[in-house]
Amino acid sequence: MAVAERPAAKPIYEGTRIPAPIPTMLQVDPALREQGDILEVNFGPNHPSTHGVLRLVVELNGERVVGLTAVIGYLHTGFEKNMEQKTWWKAITYPARIDYLSFQMNELVFVLAIEKLLEIEPPPKATWMRMLMCELTRIHSHLIWLGTAALEIGAISMLWYCFRDRDAILDLFELVTGVRMHTRYFQTGGLAEDIPPGFYDECRSFVGLMQQRIDDYEAILDRQQIWLERTKGLGLLSAEDAIALGQSGPVLRASGVDWDLRRAEPHLAYDQVEFNVPVYFNGDVYDRYRVHMDEMRESTRIIGQAVEGMPEGPWIVDDRKIVLPPRHELHTSMESLIHHFKLVTEGYRVPEGEVYVAVESARGELGCYVVSDGGPKPWRVKFRAPSFVALEATATCMSDALVADLIAIVGSLDTVMGEVDR
Amino acid sequence: MTWEAVPGFVHEVDARGETTVVVERERLLDAARWLRDEAGFNFLADITPTDYHGWNQERVSGYWGDAGGRDINAPGSWGLQHQPEAKRSRFSVSYHLLRLRAGANEAPRLRLQVWCEDGEPVESVVSVWPTADWHEREAWDMMGIRFEGHPNLTRILMDDDWEGHPLRKDYPLGGEPVRFSGEE
Repeated sequence: MAVAERPAAKPIYEGTRIPAPIPTMLQVDPALREQGDILEVNFGPNHPSTHGVLRLVVELNGERVVGLTAVIGYLHTGFEKNMEQKTWWKAITYPARIDYLSFQMNELVFVLAIEKLLEIEPPPKATWMRMLMCELTRIHSHLIWLGTAALEIGAISMLWYCFRDRDAILDLFELVTGVRMHTRYFQTGGLAEDIPPGFYDECRSFVGLMQQRIDDYEAILDRQQIWLERTKGLGLLSAEDAIALGQSGPVLRASGVDWDLRRAEPHLAYDQVEFNVPVYFNGDVYDRYRVHMDEMRESTRIIGQAVEGMPEGPWIVDDRKIVLPPRHELHTSMESLIHHFKLVTEGYRVPEGEVYVAVESARGELGCYVVSDGGPKPWRVKFRAPSFVALEATATCMSDALVADLIAIVGSLDTVMGEVDR
Repeated sequence: MTWEAVPGFVHEVDARGETTVVVERERLLDAARWLRDEAGFNFLADITPTDYHGWNQERVSGYWGDAGGRDINAPGSWGLQHQPEAKRSRFSVSYHLLRLRAGANEAPRLRLQVWCEDGEPVESVVSVWPTADWHEREAWDMMGIRFEGHPNLTRILMDDDWEGHPLRKDYPLGGEPVRFSGEE
């Protein structure tokens, strides 16, 4: 496990590159514009390399990008407004659809927020299983990132390899929850179902396989001259600029900032497992790739530890005012039937208050701000989407880049447009 | 630690392990600068506006709606045994701050909050935390909070010619006319 520990030999660049006065927009120098050689090009919204529907209005001087405006909102579906109309119980279905690649973390952050308002503590088995599922999701998300980012630069075979392994993860999700994506496995107070028999064995074999595969993929890419030349020294972002622009997750860690919410603000059982936080210091596309690869390795380590250390016991709290009664009781117990009916129709009430909960998703700090008025529906839900913030850095990363590198740089920020537009 | 030294300090709430510092709307920029430079909150995680229109008003208990049926567009706290505490103004704007130190094993957070009525401007903090740019545009687009001094306060998620601010409580949910309904 090679985690870079050397300090930066030299700063990524001097001073700041955040454009002024608008930090997220690269504006063409008026003198340059007067020469009349500026070509305006629309990149997207319907372009296979935009990871969804991102539109970049790029202004070119020859091959150089001199102006850049990101236009978003094409996938805006009003998740937050919709969630205000649903009971807490039903609203849990929505967050997974926001970031459809790291769906478990989105579910998790909303469930954690409800639990914080309700002041309930899920049993340890639920906590550990949540951690396991989240780490599987992190690998899932990173694999899709690796496959598509490499595909865009021309390494087409990586896509097939990555999607093959992603399928193995989806099989695990299917084994546990019955569905492959958007599992809605996390309930307020714990998990929806107990862990099925045979899951641990499947997990162990997946961990062994995945560790081998990550080495393989690194071998394929790291000895590929084209890959190296198209990623090294591109899309530079210094540590100061990354913090000022609110970057988090792999983008921040590739800029040399040793920061991970799993360690700094341990949620779930992250303080009971061992893992390293990979940090690299060049702040370029290549280092972001290195961080992703190392994080996948660390996630397999956490999964291994979670399988071995999984506590026994109940998987959900025993509070009939919040948690659905077991199915078999509905046939014999009047009280269970009433509880079931009340929970499904009216939902449970959550005490008045406001909370902000943040977890480390595959893309960085995923936050959820929830306001409750004491009723059965959320008054306000807001997601702090790491992809939304990552796109703010495009203008800084792209300054003076070549148009051919645009796709590599935007891809390295690892954005999911569903999460950007919400 | 108390936060009375924050410029424009109004009051502070500690609940569920989170600290909220409410400051005067006119002194937000001073407070933001102070918190970044003196208190070390170098990372702005999020800006969230909240609309409290209808909070704490009528419909104390029972069903939501009237004889004509359930009105999905009526804002308000509903179905409650007792009403929530009244709010200072219609909108709150919350700034979720984080003290980010590389290699640290702690993540001190603070919620900076200002309150405003419809149409009242809030000072922009883009000059303090550049990441505020899009967050403030989103707050303008979704809630109609006007940020004074923002370099480019335009819509971000909705179309440029969109009317209204969709996340407000008085924005109709079923806004699109339904074709071929029973009345047609």
